[in-house]
Amino acid sequence: MSDYVIQAEGLTKRYGDTTAVNGITFHAARGEIFGLLGPNGAGKTTTILMLLGLTEITAGTVRVLGHDPRREPLTIKQQLGYLPDSVGFYNHLSARDNLAYTARLLGIAPEHRRERIHEALERVQLTHVLDKRVSTFSHGMRQRLGLAEIIMKRARIAILDEPTTGLDPQATEDFLELIRTLKADGVAVLLSSHLLDHMQRVCDRVALFQQGDIALMGSVAELARKVLGDGFEVEVEVAGENLRECLAGVEGVSSVESSAPERYRLRANRDVRADAARAAVQAGGALRRLSIREPSLDAIYNHHFQRPAVKEASSHAT
Amino acid sequence: MQREGSPWRGLAAVTLKELADHLSSARMRVLEWLVVLTAAAALYGALQGIRQTTSSDPFVFLRLFTSSQAPLPSFASILGFLIPLIAIGLGFDAINGEYSRRTMSRVLSQPIYRDALLLGKFIAGLATLAISLVCLWLLLIGLGLLLLGVPPSGEEVARSLVFLVIALAYAGVWLAVAMLFSTIFKSAATSALVSLGLWLFLALLWPMLAPALANVIAPPDLMSVLSGQPSLHTLHWQQILERISPTQLFGEAVVVILSPMTRTLGPVFLHQLEGLVMGAPLPLMESLSIVWPQVVGLIAGCILLFAIAYVVFQRQEVRA
Repeated sequence: MSDYVIQAEGLTKRYGDTTAVNGITFHAARGEIFGLLGPNGAGKTTTILMLLGLTEITAGTVRVLGHDPRREPLTIKQQLGYLPDSVGFYNHLSARDNLAYTARLLGIAPEHRRERIHEALERVQLTHVLDKRVSTFSHGMRQRLGLAEIIMKRARIAILDEPTTGLDPQATEDFLELIRTLKADGVAVLLSSHLLDHMQRVCDRVALFQQGDIALMGSVAELARKVLGDGFEVEVEVAGENLRECLAGVEGVSSVESSAPERYRLRANRDVRADAARAAVQAGGALRRLSIREPSLDAIYNHHFQRPAVKEASSHAT
Repeated sequence: MQREGSPWRGLAAVTLKELADHLSSARMRVLEWLVVLTAAAALYGALQGIRQTTSSDPFVFLRLFTSSQAPLPSFASILGFLIPLIAIGLGFDAINGEYSRRTMSRVLSQPIYRDALLLGKFIAGLATLAISLVCLWLLLIGLGLLLLGVPPSGEEVARSLVFLVIALAYAGVWLAVAMLFSTIFKSAATSALVSLGLWLFLALLWPMLAPALANVIAPPDLMSVLSGQPSLHTLHWQQILERISPTQLFGEAVVVILSPMTRTLGPVFLHQLEGLVMGAPLPLMESLSIVWPQVVGLIAGCILLFAIAYVVFQRQEVRA
């Protein structure tokens, strides 16, 4: 078996004439957090459902842990945890009973159930509401309970669909931390979201979905280079003469703007802080401040999704 | 493409969970009380009648089921009316309830096939109905023992047990109807309304419509119009149409099983009366052979409806 736990080649889903997912190819490795990013209706959830074998695949091949979800869905689902967006539980049952039902469906031996449930709830810090009905739970607690189910399952792949949507900042922080602990356990995490800053904080690689296609794929830094070109913005505050030319001469810098007296903004294709500082000091400047704004997924996303719109508008005009 | 793994996997877990849900639900408690109270009223009426009239009846216990004292209908016909209500109450949100609670995709992402979920829910519903019916049957027999003071004969017990089985098949039909609608319609309110509507239509309106339709399909010939008798052809059609309704099938089966004197359903011909001792009861096996088509019809309807629900459910996209 290869290192990749999910391999999708030319995955396609059509509903009648409309194509929801159009021949996408991607791989996700063990211990990797892979982000599916894109606007609503771009095909993220459909892709997830095809991996789970919950919807028919029109064309293409998928291998999840080396199995075909069309032929062996049970083998896959035994080792794969899925947290649907705004997950539901049986409200009249307690947290423990909800997980116990899943445990029975999973075929966990009765003598291990109690301990596995407790262990999982401990990890998501829900032991204090073990026997409370789920109807009293907040949205954040439900999401954590969903994650507890995946932990109890000891899944090798976790697919989380919009898990942080609608969570408050503290709950989001806790949740992202839980996702990182999953990664530390060697679980491959497939995370779908449109909340860019959350994705940027946890994802190793992202795939940008656009109308059923993967428009871009790679780490955030790679995407920045591809989309924004010179994505790094370095601000230098330095007093001295003729510094502008000097800073422009640093390798990798494409433009220098002077936003205020003694303040320069450099655009570069890499982190040029060290070189810029050296150049400024060598030119006799008094360096006061040096800061960098790393390329954000936000900027990449906006940049990418604005361009086609502009193109479309211009093509309409002609 | 052949899928691997057993479709029965998880069936026991689903069934037990659903059964526990049904038995502890407030909905079930309300329905149970409704049945117990109406049945008690019917039983009271029947007991009044039995005490006054038939002290020498060999099937006095079966009278508990069938005799009615105006304005109350008999116990058996009350069950015929209320069983669909309980079955619909148990099944109308079986599938769409999972969607609206957003538990469907979570449950189906566990290593089970959809087969197990649907069948588990059906078996749990049927088991709940069976438990309720057996309880009701025991209550009735117990009360009969106390109030009549005579033990039931072996044949009476056998006949009332057959009645129980027929009632269960009848309940199964309505459970399958409710589950089918809960699969087709996304909202539980819609599926409940449609199931109840169909029940009212088949139980109340259809018996009135069937004769009219039969008259249209097979108009009575001149002979019968002149003699004022319905023609055989029309009657035949009327019976066929009436038997579309499971309520009719249940009613016919119950009459034959619980009233051993019943020899035939529908028109009686003179040649069938040859050598007949009026009022002599039929043995159980003979009664059974009369109602065999009705019972098979109920069971077949139940399986057919379940199969349709199964196909619809398999083709559904699970997104919630």
